[in-house]
Order: sequence, then C-alpha cells, then structure tokens
Amino acid sequence: MEYFLQQLINGVTLGSIYGLIAIGYTMVYGIIGMINFAHGDIFMVGTFISLIVFMGLVALGITSVPLALLIVLIISMIVTASYGWTVERLAYRPLRGSFRLAPLITAIGMSIVLQNYIQVTQGARNRPLQPVITGGFQFFEDSEFVVNLSNMQILIIVTTVVLMIAFSLLISKTPLGRSQRACEQDSKMASLLGINVDRTISLTFVMGAALASVAGFMYLLYYGVIDFYIGFVVGIKAFTAAVLGGIGSLPGAMLGGLLIGLIETFWSAYFTIEYKDVAAFYMLALVLIFLPSGLLGRSEVEKV
Amino acid sequence: MSSLIPEWENNPVLNVEHLTMKFGGLTAIDNLSFVAGRGDITALIGPNGAGKTTVFNCLTGFYKPTEGMVTLTQRGGESFLLERLEEHRICYKAKVARTFQNIRLFSNMTVLENLLVAQHNKLMLASYFTIGGIFGLPHFREAEKRAIEKAAYWLDKIGIIDRADTAAGDLPYGDQRRLEIARAMCTGPELLCLDEPAAGLNPRESHDLNQLLLNIRDEENISILLIEHDMSVVMGISDHIVVLDYGVKISDGTPEFIRNDPNVIAAYLGVEEDELEQESGS
Amino acid sequence: MSSMKTSNDSLLKAALKDAFFSALLTLVLTSLILGVKIVDINTGLKLEPRFWLAGLAVALVFVGRFALHMFWWSRKPRQTAEKKPARSLFPKIPNFGKYAAPVLVFAAIALPFMPFSDRYIIDLFILILTYVMLGWGLNIVVGYAGLLDLGYVAFYAVGAYSFALLATYFDLTFWECLPLAGLLAATWGVILGFPVLRLRGDYLAIVTLAFGEIIRIVLLNWYSFTGGPDGISGIPRPSFFGLEFKRFGEGTFAQFFGLEFSSIHRIIFLYYVILTLALITAAVTIRLRNLPIGRAWEALREDQIACSSLGINTTTTKLTAFAMGAMFGGFAGSFFAARQGFISPESFTFIESAIILAIVVLGGMGSQIGIVIASVALIGGFEVFREFEQYRMLIFGGAMVVIMVWRPRGLITTRHPSVRLHPPDGPKAATARETAS
Repeated sequence: MEYFLQQLINGVTLGSIYGLIAIGYTMVYGIIGMINFAHGDIFMVGTFISLIVFMGLVALGITSVPLALLIVLIISMIVTASYGWTVERLAYRPLRGSFRLAPLITAIGMSIVLQNYIQVTQGARNRPLQPVITGGFQFFEDSEFVVNLSNMQILIIVTTVVLMIAFSLLISKTPLGRSQRACEQDSKMASLLGINVDRTISLTFVMGAALASVAGFMYLLYYGVIDFYIGFVVGIKAFTAAVLGGIGSLPGAMLGGLLIGLIETFWSAYFTIEYKDVAAFYMLALVLIFLPSGLLGRSEVEKV
Repeated sequence: MSSLIPEWENNPVLNVEHLTMKFGGLTAIDNLSFVAGRGDITALIGPNGAGKTTVFNCLTGFYKPTEGMVTLTQRGGESFLLERLEEHRICYKAKVARTFQNIRLFSNMTVLENLLVAQHNKLMLASYFTIGGIFGLPHFREAEKRAIEKAAYWLDKIGIIDRADTAAGDLPYGDQRRLEIARAMCTGPELLCLDEPAAGLNPRESHDLNQLLLNIRDEENISILLIEHDMSVVMGISDHIVVLDYGVKISDGTPEFIRNDPNVIAAYLGVEEDELEQESGS
Repeated sequence: MSSMKTSNDSLLKAALKDAFFSALLTLVLTSLILGVKIVDINTGLKLEPRFWLAGLAVALVFVGRFALHMFWWSRKPRQTAEKKPARSLFPKIPNFGKYAAPVLVFAAIALPFMPFSDRYIIDLFILILTYVMLGWGLNIVVGYAGLLDLGYVAFYAVGAYSFALLATYFDLTFWECLPLAGLLAATWGVILGFPVLRLRGDYLAIVTLAFGEIIRIVLLNWYSFTGGPDGISGIPRPSFFGLEFKRFGEGTFAQFFGLEFSSIHRIIFLYYVILTLALITAAVTIRLRNLPIGRAWEALREDQIACSSLGINTTTTKLTAFAMGAMFGGFAGSFFAARQGFISPESFTFIESAIILAIVVLGGMGSQIGIVIASVALIGGFEVFREFEQYRMLIFGGAMVVIMVWRPRGLITTRHPSVRLHPPDGPKAATARETAS
C-alpha cells in the first residue's frame, strides 16, 4: 500500500511533465494536422537553456532560490518559444498546403538539427545539476516503507495545475484563443473572416514551446541530469499522451500525460525497468488501434 | 398507375427493408423501405440533408446500418445481404458499384489505369495472385489484354479514348464525372449507384449524361440507383422515384405520381417547388 | 526617377528592418547556446563564455538576410510552395529514366575495375547500394502504397539478426539464410502490419516508429538470446559458390582461380552481391508496379475509399506492400550482417529509418532513379563530411529541411504510366495531342 502510494506520487509528477509537453503536440495537430516531430527536441533545448541560465545565475551570485527559479523560468520560456517560432517559420510554413509528407520530413530534419546543434555546442555528455529544491514531507514513518512527497514534486504538480488553469483561460476567454480555435475548425474560413492564420499558427507553436520549456525546466530539476538525446523518447511519450487523451483536446493532453506517467512508473516499479519504454510504446499502439479518437477526443464521422 | 402492384415489386434488384441509421442521438434515416426494380433507373431524391447519401453509404458498406436489411438479388437469382458484407465484398461479390458526390478518381494515375484498377479482382485471379504475373504467363497477358479492351470500350462510349494516357486529374470536370461512371461500370456491376452524377455539369454535359445513363440501362441492362438534385435528369430518365425528407420516405412511385404528390410539393416548398411545376408543365 | 529612388529607399528600409529583426531573433536563439558552453571541471560543471560565436552567428544572419533582401528577393517575386508547379529536374531530356537506367547499371557493373576504384571507393559504394536497396524496398510501402512507415529499420534489423542468429546457432551459410531472412522479415511485416494498417497516415507513421523502437529495445535487453548491447560477432562471410575469401586453407577463392590472395577480392565480391540484390529488388518492383497489385498499391495511395468501392480488399493490398517492403529490408539486413561480420542494436536506431525515408521522399516518391540520386547525394555527401564528424548529422538534418522546402515532391516527379493504350510516339498519340489542344 505504501509502495503503491509512493509510485502514485511519482507517476503523477512524471505525468505532469508529459502533460505539459503533450499540449504542444495536441495544439499543433489540432490546428495544422501535423505531428510536430521536433517538439520533443524543443523540450530538450528548453532543459539546456534552463541549465545554462541557472548556472549563469549561480555564477553571478544570485542565491535566493525562488528568485533564481523565476528568472530561469522566464528566460527559458522566452528563448525556447523563439526556437518554436523559428522551427515553424523555417521548416513548416514554406510547406503549408503542400504535399502531406513534406512537413513530416522537415520535422524529422529539424529534430536531427536540434539534437546535433545541442550536441555540437554543448557536448554529448550527461549534464548533471545538483538538487536545488530539497526537503519534503514523509508519511507512514513507522511502517516499513516510508512514503516521500518531496517539495520538488509539490512544486511540479502545483506549477502544472496553475499553468493548465491559466492556459485553459487563455484559450477559452481571450481573442487569441478564439482565433486559435477558429483556425482549428476551419482555417480557410478563419482567414476569410480576417484572422491572420499564419500568425495564429506561429503563436500556437510559441505557446507549445513555452509550455515545453516549463516541462523542460521541471524535468531538469526533478531528474537532475539531461543530455541532448532526451527529447526523442520523452517526445514520443508525450505524443502518446496527446493521442491517448484525444488529439486536439487540451484536458485530454493533461489526462493522457498523467496516465502515461502512471503507466510508466508502475511498470518500472512492478515489472522491469528496462522495458518501461516498451510499455509506453505498446500503450501508444494499443490506443491508436482500439481508441483512435482518444479518451476525450471527439470521434469523427468520415464523409464521402 | 395501371395496376395496384408497381412493376418494380415484381423483379427487384435491391430491396431495402426497415433501414435505420443513427449517429449518436441523430437519426439520419428512419425505418426506410423501398425497392429498386431490375433494369430500372430508380432515383432517390429529397431536399438537402434528407439522408440520401447516408442511404448510399449504408448500401455500399461505408456505414453499417443501425437496423434493417438490404437485399441485393442478382440476375442469376443469387442474393446477398449487403449490410453483412464488408465494403469491398459488396462490389466484388454482390456486384454493386458506386460513384461519389465529390469525384474520387485516382487523379495521378492515367485514365486507362483508373479503369484497370476497377478490374483488379479479375486480373489478380488471372495473374495467380501476382506470381503468374511476375513471370508474364500467357494466361495473364490474355486477361490483361481483355481488360484493356473493356476499358477502351468504355472510354469510347464516354468519348475520351484519345485521352486514355492522361492523368485522370487533368481531365475537365465533366469528363471526370463520366470517367467515374465508366470506372464503376468496369467492375461489372448488377446495380450502379450514382451519387449526384449531374452535379456541376452544364446543360449539354447533363444531356450527355442522360444519354449515357439510358444507354447503360438499355444496352448494358444494368439497373441504376441515383441520387440527384437536377430535376431535368431525375424526371427525364427515371422509371421510379423515392422521395426522402429528414430520413423518412414521404413518397414513392413513378415520375408522374411524384410530380402530383402533395407531400412532395410540400417538402420542396420554395425554389424546388417551382422547378417541379416547370417540369410538369413542360 | 524619384519613384525609383523611393522604391530603392523603401527596399533598403525593409531590408534593414528584416535583417535587424532576424539578427535579434538569432541573438535570442544563440546567445545562451552558442554563446556559452558547459564544460566539465574537477568539481562539476562550469560555464565558459564564447560570446564571439554567438556574435558571429548574429552578424552572419544580419548580412545574409540583408543581402537576400536587396539582391535576391527584390528581383524575383517570392513564391509559396503551393503555387510552385511541380517541374521535372531534367526537363530537357525526354525519357530521362529510360536512358539513365542502363547507363547507371553499366557504370555500376564497371565500377570496381575503374582506375580510381580503391578499397575505400568500393566500400563507399557498397554502403550506397545498401541504401539504394533499402530505399527501393521502402519505396514500395511509402512511394507506391502511400503508407508512411517510420519503423522500416525494424525489418532491416530482423533480416540482420535472423542471419546472424541462424548462422551462429545452426551454422547456416549466408546463401541459405538469405531467403529465410527475407521470409522472416516479411512475416514480421505482416504481424506488425495487420493491426495497424487501418490507421490513417501520420498515426500509422508513429505506430510504425513505436514498433521499430520496441524491436530495438527487445534486441538490446534480451541478453541471453541476442547478446544485448554487445551484439553478435563472428558472423560468417558469404562465399563465392562455396569458395571462401581466406588467405590460407583449402578451397579459397584465390587458390581456385590461381590468383594471388588480396583482401580486395572479398570487397569486390561483396560489391557485386549487393549490386545483384539491389538490381533484383529493382526488377521485381518495376515488374510489380505494372501488375494489378502494383496498380492497386498506387490506387490505394490516391484514394482508399474509392479502392474499396471498386472491390479491392484494402487490408490485404496494404499487407502485401508492407510484406514486400519488409522482405527487401530483410535481404538488405542479412547483407549488412554478412558484410560487417558484427551487428548490435546500435545499427538499427530510428535515425536509420529517418535516413531511408528521407532518401525515398527526397528522390521523389515512387521514382527508382530518384532514389539512386538521393542515396548518392545523401550517403555520399555524408561521407564527404566525414572529417567534420560531429557536424555531419547537423548538416544532414539541415539538408533534409532545405531540400524538402526547395522541392516538396522530391527530385524526380514525373510518373510513367504502368500501361498505355496509345504507344507514346505513335500516330494515335499525335491525334490525342491535337484533340487535346
């Protein structure tokens, strides 16, 4: 029971990170119907930028942890969002309305570019970070297995919840969100009604990348070690989360993220850790085969 | 009407009984029954959103109907329950071919290739599932030659034989419509289902289409079921008309009967009512 | 005159503005990544500034954008991808493929005897031909049937491991294993394909990617059977009708033909093996394309719904495409194992799938010659940048993006009909042209 509870906490933490990345996939898929293959690598770039900014702040002598975290978060969001924008501008926009496979190939190309860009500039080795946020709460102290809920985990879960609420409000209440939803429904009609579709799509990438950078920062703090290759596997899992939740649905992305996080954690805890990625991949295949519209997605009636 | 039992009841090619199709809470077709007679051109008409294409999709296996039975009886007497067949078997076994409201040609392939794809199953058998074809057995070559002849026959009929080696997508719109019909005919159907074949055609093309359909009925002896908005096509060539409104059948009979049915006139209030009257006047 | 001047002024202004904002963006993008480097020191990590690098990038972007604006875009109205007509790379040469194919085959056969062909060149072309073969195999799936497969490397791996395992466990030779490996790969193609082939395009892509990764992870972790990350070594080399390429011993190739032993014999032999395998792949695919099954594949790519309405069983048609593609992948995999003598899961990562797919798409989907050109360009180019080891993947990825943006439909876009009613230059074609015009 205690062991189970611990895994639940770990799973929800991991799931929050996946969920934030999954939002980027789901929004882009919703609006232009493509899998932004480079999104996982945008997340990875986010982790590196967070690490560099954090080290920079330490070098500059900023010792207040909350202040440092806030600065890192803001800079990382801005820079990563710029990467998201640039990728869209360079690799996807010129191909809009073109042949269906073309943007997927450029996305794969961009993913290779980003990975190797980081590898070349920052080296291929693991980059560790000392734990920044320590401490936490302990439960069932007199039982055999002590359940830990660290401050770090609380921070991740709380940040995710806050961001989700803010983001949902952004999408449902602001003009930006409205035009975003309009483009999702029918981009041609939206452009006839005076919505700048290109700009809206760009902003979608920017928002997705910003959320991915938050996820990246939290991943860095939580695991304390990153390398240039993490984007690939994390990206696929986050995509699985987006599909599981129902692609195009924001709450779905979050729910899918949580489920994938839980599945992965429980699989590692109760079965084999070597095959935890296999579990996630199987999950992806099973979901796509048996539940292609996801948990919260709308099923489409195909028309002829 | 001369007799109490309409002619098409005697020798039906298609018998639709109590067909119901629901999408979630929406009932697109409600308890629809009708019969299409062998050798007839049967038209399915109705205002927009009446459920005509949904009926087609149920007949051709694209949707599985919620309830009901659709029986196709072939010339040889063999009959098939279409709602139980897989989509491709409806064409292959039951011999029902269809066209689409938005033309669905293989647009990067040539006109001739389009017509050969329609004879796929026959050619697959002749090539002993590709193995014989790889070695170019004479049996297969012969079959392929016959298939090309059949394609040429239809291309000649629709008047685009000169453009046989052009990509189908490069044809003018009207030719594409007729090519889709030719392609459906190349599958060797008993029943040809046409979804708005005259949509987007000019009057001359529309007239040509009428001639083609009459030719298919009279010379090829193929039964036709068609959805159409163009009243000149419907009234001009149909032997039997079924009128749908909101998924319910509101009338069923000869063009003469339909023209004077108050139910139909009520359903078609507005522009289409005028059209109907013009038709009856002419 | 004055309007000319104003237009020049406004052009300059626009160019400066654009260059400035591009440079600003570059500054944001690069200052933290290029501008500082994380370095290892004894006590952990340290940041090392190298702002000049970021500065250089910013300057380059500024100058580049400015020059583009002033001298390039101002002359030519900018086109977007959708408006660009698909034009052939070789518009001047009619029936390019018809003449190029025999020339290429002849050149390929003659290659080992060319004066400039040393061990390195032949080795490089063995590699290129392996990718050509993989490209042709994947072309059946992606180019013809239009099924986006991102896990093709799985079948390559199945072929390689089938041979390696059969050879080490049962002492079978390369030539005995080759058909088995193809068969096993095709079987895997059917097993993996069956549940997923009804998915729509990009979902299929992701699932195939997942399957590719699953196979790799299983190979990596099933230590007792596959050797895990250590791989399998000591895989037997193929023999020439039973004659082995060894320096000593009975029944060697050199001894039989009375030649002095030279290690290049084996290389040349391997070259001809892969050339033969590749040509068989090409011959079979070209043949299949002109058969009903090939037309059904292409029809499937064009419109699946129309296919089933014409009585084509789309599932089996997709499965045959998948199985055929997998089979050729399996053959190539066996060859790879035989050539290397050692395999490990590291050779079968996602990036391999991406490279093969890039070859197919860049070549122009469905074009056999295009795939050859793309393989030579990509794999050859990859070799050219061998000295810049760490930069070459970066350049490779960038090239993928640039070529795709430049030609979204690939290098060769012309499609030859599988069958003609009128011979291309016969009298009927002439009349057809007349009536058309």
